[in-house]
Amino acid sequence: MTYKKNSLWQFLASVKLALFVLFLLAASSILGTLIPQGKGPTLYAAFYGSKLAALMADPGELANILTRVTMLLGLDNMYHALWFQTLIGLLAVNLIVCSIDRLPAVWLMVSMDNLSLAQGKISKMPFKREFSGRGNMAETVDLLKESLATAGWRVAARTGEESTILFSQKAPWARLGVYVVHLSILVIIVGAMIGSYLGFSGGVNIPETLDSDKIYLFEDGRPVDLGFTVRCDWFSLSRYPNGAPKEYQSELVVIEEGQEVARKVIEVNDPLTYKGWTFYQSSYEPHNKIMVTVTNKQTGSKERFLTTPKEPMRWQAEGLLFGIKEVLATDTNQVYRYRLLISGPGGQNSLLLDDNSQGQIGTDQKDGYTFHVKEFYSTGLQVSKDPGVWWVYLGCAMMLVGLTIAFFMSHQRIWLIVSDDKFIISGTSHKNKIGFENKFNKLTGKLSKQFEAL
Amino acid sequence: MDSSQLLGISIFGYLLASAIYIAALLFRWDKAAISGTIVTSLTLILQTVALGLRWQESYQIGAGHAPLTNMFESLVFFSWSIAALYLLMEWKFKNRTIGAFAMPFAAFAMAYANYGGFNQQINPLVPALQSNWLIAHVVTCFIGYAAFAVACGLGIMYLLRKPEKEKSRLPAPQTIDDMNHKTMIFGFLWLTAGIITGAIWANSAWGTYWSWDPKETWSLITWFFYAAILHARLTRGWQGKTIAWLAIVGFLCVAFTYYGVNYLLSGLHSYGSS
Repeated sequence: MTYKKNSLWQFLASVKLALFVLFLLAASSILGTLIPQGKGPTLYAAFYGSKLAALMADPGELANILTRVTMLLGLDNMYHALWFQTLIGLLAVNLIVCSIDRLPAVWLMVSMDNLSLAQGKISKMPFKREFSGRGNMAETVDLLKESLATAGWRVAARTGEESTILFSQKAPWARLGVYVVHLSILVIIVGAMIGSYLGFSGGVNIPETLDSDKIYLFEDGRPVDLGFTVRCDWFSLSRYPNGAPKEYQSELVVIEEGQEVARKVIEVNDPLTYKGWTFYQSSYEPHNKIMVTVTNKQTGSKERFLTTPKEPMRWQAEGLLFGIKEVLATDTNQVYRYRLLISGPGGQNSLLLDDNSQGQIGTDQKDGYTFHVKEFYSTGLQVSKDPGVWWVYLGCAMMLVGLTIAFFMSHQRIWLIVSDDKFIISGTSHKNKIGFENKFNKLTGKLSKQFEAL
Repeated sequence: MDSSQLLGISIFGYLLASAIYIAALLFRWDKAAISGTIVTSLTLILQTVALGLRWQESYQIGAGHAPLTNMFESLVFFSWSIAALYLLMEWKFKNRTIGAFAMPFAAFAMAYANYGGFNQQINPLVPALQSNWLIAHVVTCFIGYAAFAVACGLGIMYLLRKPEKEKSRLPAPQTIDDMNHKTMIFGFLWLTAGIITGAIWANSAWGTYWSWDPKETWSLITWFFYAAILHARLTRGWQGKTIAWLAIVGFLCVAFTYYGVNYLLSGLHSYGSS
């Protein structure tokens, strides 16, 4: 094959290129962790200025130069800069060429007919011992087959005129482990490319009880239509006794063509997925308003009010007048208790309710109302669609399997050349010679109980 | 006895074990080295009990999480991983001289956890950390880190071993090199698993499996570096001394990923520095 003599091919297949690219990727990746990513030129001038101020009196000029270099080399978004992606591309080319270069020979080793290996080669294997036979080739072969089988080596045999060759091997496919790892990296790169070309990543803030059919991309704020509507029925923020946030939750409802098609209470680490879009609980926004939900227990009619303390509210249809008289502290830091004053057709009443709890009043048998009070929030959702993620996961699984095979398994082979009066046992392992040596010695130790070592 | 008292004793256990291993090596007390194994094993059991107690204590105060959530807890677990891995290696390689190079890392991590001025209280978890991936991610990462710490120790051992000496107290250079290689591939597999579990977790919490946050990027830098070391062995002229030095530099990368990033760079992993 002439292309293999090509020096460019040899270079692209070389371990040296792999080393060069890996070290370069490692070294250059450091830059993006030192320089803030995704900011504008004015920020970089200020950033370098403040860093250099410790070193020199007037850093302005140098800071400007560094800022220009940063923008020129794309260091403000370096992991997406062309030169960095080219490096990753070079790694991919290296992996592909090296695998194409080596796989045929490796495949030959995996699939070869080891019984037809020349006897001269067999007796030159790294590990070897000789024993005297039983004076009869067939009898010796039968005995050996049995003891090798009990030691976990199932042998194949080929009988010739002078001698019989026995062969057994373990895990020939272990030689492919490293190529599974190489392929896994390519699969991950493909998955990442699918994600970056066909995926979306953005966010949307939805006030409680309201909905949205769009999200806004993180990249440029551009709105993208979801093709369905998402409503946030409620958002809840629970706290530890010291006031630190314990959990954020939102109940999301997906509505398509006027029909509710999905509903889930999401929280951090537990998103909702619908038609490839995934909605993650990521943040929240308070509005300094209190949401009061009033339900007429008799008729079931319900109304929501956004209010502030001391603001009188009126539910016209029911002839109900109410307001939050005062806001009190509770045992839990930043969780409040509200005193409601209510005036309805049946008279006056008051209720004491903790945030996100409900209580009811009944001024007479006819008008029973339920009040639910909580602070009013918008839920902050991160929304993404990444059709490449399953490729990335597949690549990750392949990588773990491939690494395990490549690191911990080896292709081990043993041969026996049996003649009437003696036999030779020899073996080799493509890796972990020390481990194989122990195994080989154990096996020959076992055989030496049946046969006389020469 | 509560967990912090037991952890206090663990510091001295690992310091004592390190001292025994080093003294046994320096003064050729081959028979005394076994007491290093005994002290290490007992301390490991004690520390395991301490971690279990701390886990239980977290439920008593209503926080309820594995003790793997801040710098103090991670340093304790780091020293636990080093001691556990070292005992495994001592048993597998039948060699106690490694202890003099591995156990000081465990002792240092434990002492630094206690005296480094970190918050040692059990705190409730912020919502982002409340996930089953927490244990998988932290455990896989730290087994990897521990292996790289031991590999660094073996690298130092290799450089101290005078190759011309026939009868050295230390194993033959090829044996050290082989142990170093085996430790690094073990670490590499777990680091890979750590990065993958982190990516899956990030995807379930934030909707993106990779965001080039400094911690992620540094873990990848470390991964590239060790991937390069593993390939360097295949190149002529890179074995032996070069690999030993690379194992030491590799561990500096690990240390920066684990520790440096939290204090010198900002990012999503900020809770690691509390």
